[in-house]
Amino acid sequence: MAVAADRLDAVFGALADPTRRAILARLRKGEATVGELAAPFHVSQPAISRHLKVLEHAGLISRTRRATARLSRLRAEPLREATVWLAGYRAFWEESYERLDELLASLQEHEGEQEEAKGRTHPRGRRRPKGRRTP
Amino acid sequence: MTEMQITAAPGVPQVLTSRTFDAPRELVYRAFTEPDLLVQWLGPRRYTMTIDRYDLRDGGTWRYVHVDDAGNEWGFHGVFHGEATLDGIVQTFEFEGAPGHVSMDTVTFEETGGTTTVRTNSVFQSVEARDAMVEHGMASGMNEGYERLEELLGKLVANA
Repeated sequence: MAVAADRLDAVFGALADPTRRAILARLRKGEATVGELAAPFHVSQPAISRHLKVLEHAGLISRTRRATARLSRLRAEPLREATVWLAGYRAFWEESYERLDELLASLQEHEGEQEEAKGRTHPRGRRRPKGRRTP
Repeated sequence: MTEMQITAAPGVPQVLTSRTFDAPRELVYRAFTEPDLLVQWLGPRRYTMTIDRYDLRDGGTWRYVHVDDAGNEWGFHGVFHGEATLDGIVQTFEFEGAPGHVSMDTVTFEETGGTTTVRTNSVFQSVEARDAMVEHGMASGMNEGYERLEELLGKLVANA
């Protein structure tokens, strides 16, 4: 759940930059080297490489090595995932539910403290460590 | 933590969600039904939520408002139906920016081994009404920049 929200953030973050959007538009025509991608822009190849890293992190492109060239290729899957009309609804509830996770954890911690103060033990008072639960 | 599942089948005016929380259901139920807890989690962090009314009984009404940094407000209200129990809550939901467009929401709480699965079932008046509601990102979940990004995403997907 947090993973999905992070991925959505990464996708939207990657798309917020005009150069990166132009790179994606170019890759729609097919895979390309860093040099080919840099050609239309007034920016250096290292700058383009940094943009490609952001796009790769968001899962929007994949990069492969062929001989000495490093090729970038558009990946449509995260875009499908992030689309379109459900994205806002999903973002609303995912953020709400993350906040609810935090609230529930703090309520349970607080409950545990109260019970300890009363010198009682109660199974509900003990929170399991985060991330240890099997689905 | 399990990922939230959302189902919005084409042609059916309904949205289903499912999400599991690492807490017993009495606690999850409290977070859904006690106003001072509800304001601490419902909606994006960048909005402040205030609750006007929260009369949790058969026929009781509720109203809350989300406010952003710029002072923009989004109000929502509805009516509770039947008795709210640990098993679930039934209520209507209406965004005040679109009066008369009402959904009926059922939320259920199921406890398994100390974890609680929350399922929501929202039924809209029509598929168009559902799509409009969802498209506007719960109305308050959206801003202009986000909408522009979505348009772009739509284009990229259509062309990918």
